[in-house]
This record gives sequence, structure tokens and C-alpha cells, in this order.
Amino acid sequence: MRGSTRGSGWASGGLGRLTAVALLDVRDLKTQFRTDDGIVGAVDGVSFSVEKGKTLAIVGESGCGKSVTCLTIMGLNPRAKTVSTGEAVFKGRNLLELPPSELRTVRGSEISMIFQDPMTSLNPVHSIGKQLREAVQLHAETTKAAASKRALEMLKAVGIPRAETRLEDYPHQFSGGMRQRVMIAMALINNPDLLIADEPTTALDVTTQAQILKLMNDLQRDFGSAIILITHDLGVVAETADEVLVMYAAKPAEQGTYSDVFYHAHHPYTWGLMRSLPRLATQGQELKPIAGSPPSLLRPPPGCRFHLRCPYAMEVCRTTEPEFASVEGSDLHRAACHLDEATKKREAETLVAETMASTG
Amino acid sequence: MAEDLLAVQDLEKHFPVTRGIIFQKEVARVRAVDGVSFTIKKGETLGVVGESGCGKSTMARCVMRLLDSTGGSIVFDGQDITKLKGSSLMRIRREMMMVFQDPYASLNPRKRVGAIIGEALEVHKIGTAAENKKRVQELLDVVGLNPEHYNRFPHEFSGGQRQRIGVARALAIRPKLVVCDEPVSALDVSVQAQILNLLKRLQREFDLTYMFIAHDLDVVRHISDRVAVMYLGKVVEVAEGSELYDHPQHPYTGALLSAIPIPNPDVARARKPVVLEGDVPSPINPPSACRFHPRCPRFQAGTCDVDEPQLTSAGDNGHLKACHFPLESWPLSDLRLPSGASTG
Repeated sequence: MRGSTRGSGWASGGLGRLTAVALLDVRDLKTQFRTDDGIVGAVDGVSFSVEKGKTLAIVGESGCGKSVTCLTIMGLNPRAKTVSTGEAVFKGRNLLELPPSELRTVRGSEISMIFQDPMTSLNPVHSIGKQLREAVQLHAETTKAAASKRALEMLKAVGIPRAETRLEDYPHQFSGGMRQRVMIAMALINNPDLLIADEPTTALDVTTQAQILKLMNDLQRDFGSAIILITHDLGVVAETADEVLVMYAAKPAEQGTYSDVFYHAHHPYTWGLMRSLPRLATQGQELKPIAGSPPSLLRPPPGCRFHLRCPYAMEVCRTTEPEFASVEGSDLHRAACHLDEATKKREAETLVAETMASTG
Repeated sequence: MAEDLLAVQDLEKHFPVTRGIIFQKEVARVRAVDGVSFTIKKGETLGVVGESGCGKSTMARCVMRLLDSTGGSIVFDGQDITKLKGSSLMRIRREMMMVFQDPYASLNPRKRVGAIIGEALEVHKIGTAAENKKRVQELLDVVGLNPEHYNRFPHEFSGGQRQRIGVARALAIRPKLVVCDEPVSALDVSVQAQILNLLKRLQREFDLTYMFIAHDLDVVRHISDRVAVMYLGKVVEVAEGSELYDHPQHPYTGALLSAIPIPNPDVARARKPVVLEGDVPSPINPPSACRFHPRCPRFQAGTCDVDEPQLTSAGDNGHLKACHFPLESWPLSDLRLPSGASTG
């Protein structure tokens, strides 16, 4: 396939930078919900692209629009109350314009999703074997026997012990970690090209989280799927992501490779997130949280949406919205902040010295 | 500082599993907490970590006397409270309070904030209505909320603010011990840091003693003086915070520590985490002897599955561990016993 590997399909991107032809290319995505209180702009101008075999992490506080971004791509928002604009081009087709019937053939086979809560995302009245078979038979003309065989293969692939005997078990007979494995098996059963994982490990213990992350990593290596990982855990991002998108109040705050965002962060919100984490270096000290809480998306503040909580806020931040501009000397790295380059560089260095020195 | 506020000895809580409608025959027992001993000194924070289902919360509820323990003793401030009843139990209840995990479920949605925080004052008949109102408004201020929030309902607040209300409620009757059961697990990192700072500040101001239960090991390290690691109803290791994180002795502690995601990509990608196989076994029929042996990378047949390790001293500063083959050094990329080191 043209452009499926790095280096073979380079083309000039719309924003004057070089991009590989991506599996999913999202441009200026906006999603608005009509509610009784007014219009909520849940996603406001998000762009990113994901390549085959790569992981994009979307980070941010609750309510910043990370999940809605993915639900919009999947066409899972309530149609009557949602207006989405922009484009999400997946293998040459704009998903936002596909009719529901066609979208249904993409969803679950070419793009699939793992939801946050393994306790409530499986149907409690059907055996997991039946639920896995359903996923296969919806997208391919196969016999029940063939679908069962595939279901069994997947359960083994995600590391469920004695998979043969567990196919006819019900979700309540599995532990949280095992249920999440079943969810992953279901998501991967049709070898999707793109996997969207919405907080896949948030409800799990660290030991189980390590198992699930390793599993996703192995499966990505074996099947070459692209992954969009939604999380608020920067530790998980550090372990898995190739690229990172930091969102704040429906807008992108910063975007770049993992090293851009962790070691050369250019946005005060990213600095705040990093400083909030308790680490070895903060032992015995006060943590430095971001003051206040995220603004309401019904009436977002004027200017930079972060200015009310930003310790660096200047006059211009209150009135003018910063451009989501490229950072000098980098293809991918972008940030939306009025601060001057020198201050950002200096602050980023201080932050790395403060927080990274003694982790490990 | 040296005095123990709470001393728990061999605490046991077994839940019967019954069958039958009229004659409820006990067919099995869930050994949720099975012989836990620890102490908390005055002014100290004891962190308790472990996977879901290891008995952390049940243990906390027994200490709070919300559940009756089935064995062992709980000594609070020099008084045995294990079997207290009636008015003497009521007196003890004034001394300890709890902060719960879910700030959405733990506040009554039909009561106003003032009534929620002031309820304990009313129950214990402390002060007049006017005094209590003033006290609640002071508390709102102390936890970083606005005293004008007195007449609002919980749904008007964000998750972090609700947890502040939960903290204010716990402080209303000026308890000596506050048991925090996963108080920050449901919060975003930035808000989590605000609550952690608040808890630390209040500890200094009000001379509080905390039992802090969490599954996030970084959070526990940040706030605790000492940390106890629980596995399947037992304490497997106790040590001072830095000692536990720098020199863990129990392989389970080692596995937990190596599973923490490190928010530093270069370090995170360079290390090899020890991934534990399987899940926590059922506490109905826990594995014999050392309960960790079916998952333990250092398992030695003939020792670990026959002889139950006791919580014994491991070095200075009250570091205790329950393991036959403790870790020699840390960090280890492989938790298995070095070959030839087996003693059988």
C-alpha cells in the first residue's frame, strides 16, 4: 500500500510541513453539543495524524475533550444533538461525512475502541464467547464454528489462562484485569488498523496496568496497528507514546513527539501537569498544583483559555487567543502560548532539572 | 511523637459465605483481613498499599469500628476499642473520622454543604446551632472553599471541591485519627496535588494522624512517613517510606514498585519492568503458607508453600518483612533468586 511505511510516501502537508501519508488524518476537528443551557464547544480545532504502528497519546484533565475527539471520529456522538465540522480522513475517506451504514462497516473492523471501564462495557447477560463471535460475524460472512475458533485464538493471544474453558463464561466470572483483556481481544478480533483506547488502564491496579500495557505493546508490534491512547496518566504516556497531544478546555495546548513534550515543553499547562505529579524529587516538599479548575465550556474565558490558572499570564493573554504555532526548529512540535521563546526555553529547562533528575 | 495512637494486633475479619434460606449453613469464609498487625504513632502518616481486593478497605473499616472484627485487638490511644459498645463507642467515634474515595457518592445529594459538614457536630451534641454554623464556615475556609458555600448543594461543586468538603466533614469534630480511603484516586493530577497539599497542611495545623490508603505508590510515598504493603489480607512488608522505596525486601513490593509508570520517557523506556503473572487469588481459599507463592518469581518448592513466613525484622528503623527469600538488592531487573542461592 502506498505510503504505508515511513519514507516511501512523503508528501507536503497542508500546513507547510512534511508529513508521511497518515492512516488517520484529523484536520481542524470541531464538535459542538446542543444542551439545554446553550451550545458546548467540546472540541475546538484539533488536528493530528496517526501513522501505522505508532501511538498517539491524548492527555488532559477530565472534560477537556479528549474522549469526545475520539467519539467524534468513531461517529458515536448522539446525532440529533451534535454538530461536527472539520475532517477525519481515514484511508482516503472522511469519516465525518460517511453515511451511518458505511461507518458501521468501518467501526469494529478497521477502527475499534477499548473503553475505560471494563466492568460496564461488556454485556452482562451474554457469554464472552457470544460477544466475541458477534464482533466477527458482524463484519464477515463466517460460520459460528469459524467465529468461535477466531474468538478462542484472540483470548489466547491476550493471555487468558485456560481460554478453551472460559469461552462460555459470563463477564462477572472474570476479574477486572481479565475483563479488560477480553475487551482488548474484542477490539482486535478483526485486526483493526487503528485502535482507540480510552483510558484503558485507569480502573486497574499498577500490576495489572503493566500487564495490559505490555500486551498492547506486543499486539501493536505483531499486527502493526496504530493506537490512539487517551489518558491522564503521564507515566503511561512516557512508557508508550510516540507522539503526544495535550488538550486544555477543548483546544490543543501543545503537540509534539514524546521528547518534545516531556523534555522541551512549551506550554505552562504542560509544565503544570508535570509539576503536579508526586515524584522522588518532590519528597517532603509541597507539590505545585495548577490552581483552580478547568473552565466551563459553555462560556469559555476570552483570550487564552488557560489564562485564569496560568502563573505566567500577561495582559495579552486575557484578550487575544494565542495561535497554535510551530515551535522553531521542529517539524511536529506546536504550542499555543504568548510567552516569548526565551522564557519558554528557560522554564522548560528548569522543569526538566526539577522533575526528571531523580526519577528512576 | 514516639507514643502509639493506634496499635492493631492480629486483626482478622472473615465474612461467612452461607448457603440455604432458613438454616444458613456456612460453606466457606472470605478471609478479607487475616492477621494484620501494625502501629501508627501520634502525628504520623501510615500509608497502606496493595492491589484491589487485598483487604485494605476492610481493614480500615474494622479500625473505624464500622465493621466488627472477628479476631485480634485494636488499641486506640491506650484503650482497647475492639469490643466497645454504646456510649463508650460513641465517645471513641469522636476521635476518628474517615475521608472516602468517591467524592460523588460520599456526599448526600439532598443535603446542603453546611448540614453535611456539621452533621457530626450535631450527632455528638457539640455546641449550639449558631456556634456550629460558625465552626462549619471556618472549616470551609480552612479547606480552601468559600464560607458562602454553606447553603449550596454538592452537585454545584467540582470533584476536587467535593473532596475538600469531604475533608472538612472529617475535621469538624477535631478527630485525632483520620482514615483516608483512596482520597485522591478519582481526581485529576492537578487537583490531586491540591488535595495532597491540603491534607499535609491540615496535618501540621491540627496535629492529625493519618492512615492513608491508596493504590498509587507515588502518592503514598509523597504523603506517608511509613508504608505498609498488603497482599491478600496480610501485611507483607512495613518500612519507613524512603527505606521501602529504596530497599524493598519482599518480592511483591519489588513487583509493585517496578510496575509504577515513570513520567520520564528515557528512564521508562530503558528499564525492564517485572510483570507479575496472573491475578490476586481468591481470599476464600487463599494459597497455603506464603500467600504470594503462586505468583512469586522467587518461589522455592518445599519452603514457601509449606512454611508461612512471619513478619520479621529486616534491618534498622523497624523495617519488617514476611518473606523467606527477600530481595538482596534494588533495583533488580530480574526478581528471581540468583542460581545456587536456594537454601531449600
